[in-house]
Amino acid sequence: MAGNDKDALLNFLLRMGDSALILGHRVSEWCGHSPVLEEDIALANTALDLIGQTQLWLEYAAEIQGEGNSADDLAFLRDAWDFRNFLLAELPNGDFGRTMMRQFLFDAWASILLPRLAQSSDPRVAEIAAKAAKEAAYHLERSADTVVGLGDGTAESHDRMQAALDYLYPYVGEMFLSDEGDAALAAAGVAPDPASLRNEYDALLKRVMNEATLELPDTRFTHSGGRDGRMHTEHLGHLLCSMQWLQRAYPGSTW
Amino acid sequence: MYAQMVKSTGKGIKPREEMSAQERAFQDRVDADERIEPRDWMPDGYRQNLIRQIGQHAHSEIVGQLPEGNWITRAPTLQRKMILLAKVQDEAGHGLYLYAAAETLGVSRDDLTEDLLSGRMKYSSIFNYPTLTWADIGAVGWLVDGAAIMNQVPLQRTSYGPYARAMVRICKEESFHQRQGYDIMMKMAQGTEAQHRMAQDALNRFWYPSLMMFGPSDTESVHSAQSMAWKIKIDTNDGLRQKFVDQTVPQAEYLGLTVPDENLKWNEKRGHYDFSQPDWDEFFDVLRGNGPCNTDRLGARRNAWEDGAWVREGLLAHARKKAARKTAAE
Ligand SMILES: [Fe+2]
Ligand SMILES: [Fe+2]
Repeated sequence: MAGNDKDALLNFLLRMGDSALILGHRVSEWCGHSPVLEEDIALANTALDLIGQTQLWLEYAAEIQGEGNSADDLAFLRDAWDFRNFLLAELPNGDFGRTMMRQFLFDAWASILLPRLAQSSDPRVAEIAAKAAKEAAYHLERSADTVVGLGDGTAESHDRMQAALDYLYPYVGEMFLSDEGDAALAAAGVAPDPASLRNEYDALLKRVMNEATLELPDTRFTHSGGRDGRMHTEHLGHLLCSMQWLQRAYPGSTW
Repeated sequence: MYAQMVKSTGKGIKPREEMSAQERAFQDRVDADERIEPRDWMPDGYRQNLIRQIGQHAHSEIVGQLPEGNWITRAPTLQRKMILLAKVQDEAGHGLYLYAAAETLGVSRDDLTEDLLSGRMKYSSIFNYPTLTWADIGAVGWLVDGAAIMNQVPLQRTSYGPYARAMVRICKEESFHQRQGYDIMMKMAQGTEAQHRMAQDALNRFWYPSLMMFGPSDTESVHSAQSMAWKIKIDTNDGLRQKFVDQTVPQAEYLGLTVPDENLKWNEKRGHYDFSQPDWDEFFDVLRGNGPCNTDRLGARRNAWEDGAWVREGLLAHARKKAARKTAAE
């Protein structure tokens, strides 16, 4: 593999793995605190799936990186600027409505991307994506249902969901940005160009928000900086503080 | 146990001569190890006793998520994070099975939740102790789930069908819980010096609270006598505690850890370990709400319930709208 191609693939794998890791971590913060017992179980399940996907993506990333790291090394020993997750994933949970809205916005993207990745020319990517695609489809079903249920629920739940959408929507666009590396991966048939997924995503959002009686903000502005590590939010550092604590405080231990 | 000091009728076992024909027939079925099902006639005392026990057990599963949930975001590896998530998720599932079993007795999950939050109903004392280091997560799985298994395995034969069946499902998952805990302890006890210290400290702090899980001696308890006659309770508290000590001490030795009890000694004649009783004053203090974490645990549950009210109302309102639209379309 040529150097540029390797970098592009590594970036892509980190983006997939880190997004799953950071979102999974966020979702796991709910454990024991959800509004309904069934939701507690479902959120734990979502977090579990995402951390499982993380392990697969980061394992492959570590192999491509070729510096003898493990998936755990990548997760627990990198600092914020080396993370490549979308900003959307690291935003704080807020109320249950915002958490579920964030989940839906992410699931919708994952459910469109992953089935395509399952056709990747890179067999390892295809294999991981095929497994993750099934989980994403299930997550989407749940999160879309909740967004519709709460959007079209009481006046209060509607207002909270609209506020969640307004807050999160400016982070959606980052999932569809493309750079030269993405173009190279697309040309090699490894992964589709992110921008090419946007129309399908918009149509899905429109349909669900319509059912949820929620209004999509009329803007294409997007925050970015997560997928290339240029500028994360202030929130990521705090998340890493708890997530990486043990590995940092007791280096070289076996757990 | 997960259910401690559950009140029965408070009158002791009703003598057979004082039983009505219906009560006698009921007791005969229990004695013959027949399962009582929701539609069957049952004495009111039996129903109330069961609601209290199953409710307390369910609350314990739910509150029990909190001390372990406390470390999910700090789990040291991806694998450990996944195992812990799966474990805590199981506990929520156990709560669900048990609330469903209680519902067959005519009490709703929401009613039981209100009773928990108002302090009318209790949960196990053990969950009022904090998890301070990662080794505590090992100790909880090893000792707390270990003690739970001691109690729950016999409850698979309890007289009330839905409770017994819930126990069968729960027991299937519990052995994984204990194994993952012991596995963490093993890694910690055999790890670096700091890890070993954490492991010993966790055992020091969780040993006596684990012994308390079985409740004080109940050989004199009128409540236990009636519960046992009805086969809502199967073993005595002392019997289970002894069994737990006998099983756990060799495991601690294998880990290279010291059980914090100077009086702990194998008694050849009894064929059991002799051991010190926990501080029962502390136990009653914890039950009264004065454990290290009572306020936080109940506060966390109350917040979840109150902050989640708009979610439950929203989803309910949507379900009603949907049903109305469906009827209108028909
Ligand atoms: Fe359990
Ligand atoms: Fe358990």
